[in-house]
Amino acid sequence: MTDAVSKTIFGRLGWESFPIHEPILLGTFAVVVLLGLVIVGATTYFRLWGYLWKEWFTSVDHKKIGIMYIILAIIMLLRGFADALMMRAQQAIAFGANEGYLNSHHYDQIFTAHGTIMIFFVAIPLVVGIVNFVMPLQIGARDVAFPFLNNLSFWLTVAGAILTMVSLFVGEFARTGWLSYAPLAGLAYSPDTGVDYYLWSLQIAGVGTTLSAINMVATVIKMRAPGMTMMKMPVFSWTALCSNVLAIAIFPALTAAFFLLMLDRYVGTAFFTNDLGGAPMMYWNMVWIWGHPEVYVLVLPAFGIYSEITSTFSGKRLFGYSSMVYATVVITILAYLVWLHHFFTMGAGPSVNSFFGIATMVISIPTGAKIFNWLFTMYRGNIRFELPMMWVVAFMITFVVGGMTGVLLAIPPADFVLHNSLFLVAHFHNTIIGGVVFGLFAAMVYWFPKAFGFKLDPFWGKVAFWGWVIGYWVAWTPIYVVGLMGTVRRVHHFDDPSLQPYFIVAAVGGVIILVGILGFVMSIVMGFVKREQLRDTTGDPWDGRTLEWSTSSPPPPYNFALTPVVHDLDAWYDMKARGYERPADGFRPIHMPRNTGAGVILAGLALVLGFAMVWYMWWLAALSFVGLLVVAVGHTFNFKRDFFIPAGDVAATEAKRRPLLGVGA
Amino acid sequence: MTDHALEPRGAAVTWHHVGDDAHDHGANATVLGFWIYLMSDALIFASLFAMFGVVSTAYAGGPVPREIFDLPLVALNTALLLASSITFGQAIPHIEAGRVAPTRFWLAITGLLGLAFVGVELFEFSHLIAEGAGPQRSAFLSAFFTLVGTHGAHVTVGLIWIATMLVQLGRHGPSGEMKRRIVCLSMFWHFLDIIWIGVFTFVYLYGVLR
Repeated sequence: MTDAVSKTIFGRLGWESFPIHEPILLGTFAVVVLLGLVIVGATTYFRLWGYLWKEWFTSVDHKKIGIMYIILAIIMLLRGFADALMMRAQQAIAFGANEGYLNSHHYDQIFTAHGTIMIFFVAIPLVVGIVNFVMPLQIGARDVAFPFLNNLSFWLTVAGAILTMVSLFVGEFARTGWLSYAPLAGLAYSPDTGVDYYLWSLQIAGVGTTLSAINMVATVIKMRAPGMTMMKMPVFSWTALCSNVLAIAIFPALTAAFFLLMLDRYVGTAFFTNDLGGAPMMYWNMVWIWGHPEVYVLVLPAFGIYSEITSTFSGKRLFGYSSMVYATVVITILAYLVWLHHFFTMGAGPSVNSFFGIATMVISIPTGAKIFNWLFTMYRGNIRFELPMMWVVAFMITFVVGGMTGVLLAIPPADFVLHNSLFLVAHFHNTIIGGVVFGLFAAMVYWFPKAFGFKLDPFWGKVAFWGWVIGYWVAWTPIYVVGLMGTVRRVHHFDDPSLQPYFIVAAVGGVIILVGILGFVMSIVMGFVKREQLRDTTGDPWDGRTLEWSTSSPPPPYNFALTPVVHDLDAWYDMKARGYERPADGFRPIHMPRNTGAGVILAGLALVLGFAMVWYMWWLAALSFVGLLVVAVGHTFNFKRDFFIPAGDVAATEAKRRPLLGVGA
Repeated sequence: MTDHALEPRGAAVTWHHVGDDAHDHGANATVLGFWIYLMSDALIFASLFAMFGVVSTAYAGGPVPREIFDLPLVALNTALLLASSITFGQAIPHIEAGRVAPTRFWLAITGLLGLAFVGVELFEFSHLIAEGAGPQRSAFLSAFFTLVGTHGAHVTVGLIWIATMLVQLGRHGPSGEMKRRIVCLSMFWHFLDIIWIGVFTFVYLYGVLR
């Protein structure tokens, strides 16, 4: 085959694109292929493909989509965490004459992939998954406002994740840091495929996240159960609403920034270049207009989770419900006004820096109010220190420290010293692990029985808890210290041997976190093994207070046989307290959305489009783009999108589960 | 927050809503959801406007707006797009009343006007590129082509949508589902008109003035 023909067909993809000379990647590739073969083989052997396709992949049920999001996030967590351990190992040994086991080319890809994956393919899918599963149940709805869109959003996120993973073995990932700052990410300085993989992965996943956010906001506004006014809505649903409003307000800025960078790289425009009048700092501005609020997109639902758990396990109504709601709304607004604190060093001048510095500090006020609300909820409560509550307490202790170092960094002169230091890296890991990750683990432990009908194994759950909490502090305290002494981030080799002990301790902390991660996986495995002992037949294993605990575990496809009517905040507690009795008859046919494979197909085509664009296979890109259009338009010709569950079937399902369920008082 | 102590224990309380609620949910939510989508799209345009604002005088020694903008041509384009919003407005009472033929007629007219708009824009672009004022010449021109081109791409999507509606109206008649789709399409179309007014004012008029 001549060179020209090969170029037309494969673009810039050639044999040298496969990293066969990198033993680490080759080993990883072998393991992944082996694991993939085992999974595919097992699925085929047990004849599960039809079941998976019909019951899961094409499902428009918000509960199943939520669970799939969480599975995706856990898989990607393992990848992102492997990257973290590799960095910790490299930094623990690469001192003086020892260059470590990673070259800088590889190391740069690892820290970029770690940040990108952990935010876009772990934290976001986990939050979206939990909101997807819990929020409709909590507001007494049968599904989300746009069930098909929900399925499409999920698969677009998967497509983005797959494209990122492909870069591990075909070509390479970006070496530019997790936000791919211009002008470094421009074609002049990053001519290979890395940044293109980055941009296409995140654009495809970003469309999914935006659509999902629109969906969730419409759901909260339009589909609450009768009687549930906004101020009777559970706090978690409030935070889900605010988080998704924020997501809608910020993702367009990221989409636009990435779009312009793509044009720079593909068309040769001059937006973020050093020459021809380009404005690289505009990229930083747009990316952080997304980036800072994104932190709150993640942490607000976590705050909602803490609120639900604190109230449930203290046996009390949440202290200061309305102040909690207002604090959430205030954070939502302020989140949009602080982005510039990520680059005080840009030189915008004292007045601009002062404004953003003060706005940043102000955020700590509503956040502090929340902490006090949780403390006062616990005060004189009848606290049960079960696993979810333990995560909440660990969060409060850990997160407060992260918040305070944040206020410290918000002071522009201090930031000039600490900018790009490991102190900053420790700060945001402190808030994201202590704030978001602990909350998501609490949520998974708390709502797992609702999703699967049995609790997670409590012993291994405690191993996970202690592994994460101790591991966090051991790993990040030394990083705070070396950061304060001036060590900068993204360095793969150090000259000063006096720093080495700190990095060795940090690596030990990473290993302790690994114990936590394995403990969590074990708590799922052992929970499944001991599922008969851990079974929840009542639907209300924690003595809950909100509507999701009023239905069975797992809930039927239609969630509620009859739509509940809400009279009070903590609707299920109110129902239990007032002697609610479950209906035995009077069921009606239930209107449900029909499953569809269009989401999988569209996302698949988007994945092909992204891959083709990364490798300059223009014919394939054009083909998949046309395919996307045809399938999208074709899908609108399908008017048979719903069906009814007959009243008789509802009655039969209800008769079976009714005797087991917990009832009022 | 109500205090449930007000209602005595065991009093007759309605705990369930019985009725066909599911159908209405979807319809309301679609229009709301589409509004929210439009707002997010508006933010994409806001970002592109901001980018344009930052580099609008970064000519890099290349052509400046006064030399390359052909205001009569842009005025023609603006007239075409504004007229298409009026003709779309004509279709709405007909679809509300369930009359298929006049709805399709006015949609088709709207589509033709939109097509003419995209045609004129492509002519303008090719003319500029031929003159050496392409998007690679300077940051100003990059931002100009991107902002105007993104709007043009949206209009093209609107054209595909109109064509789809013409076919589906023929097949399904004025069903509730079709009414909803056409209402969403009209919102989309008018939204693009508003964006264009911003483009016309800030990119073309203001550009020529300075």
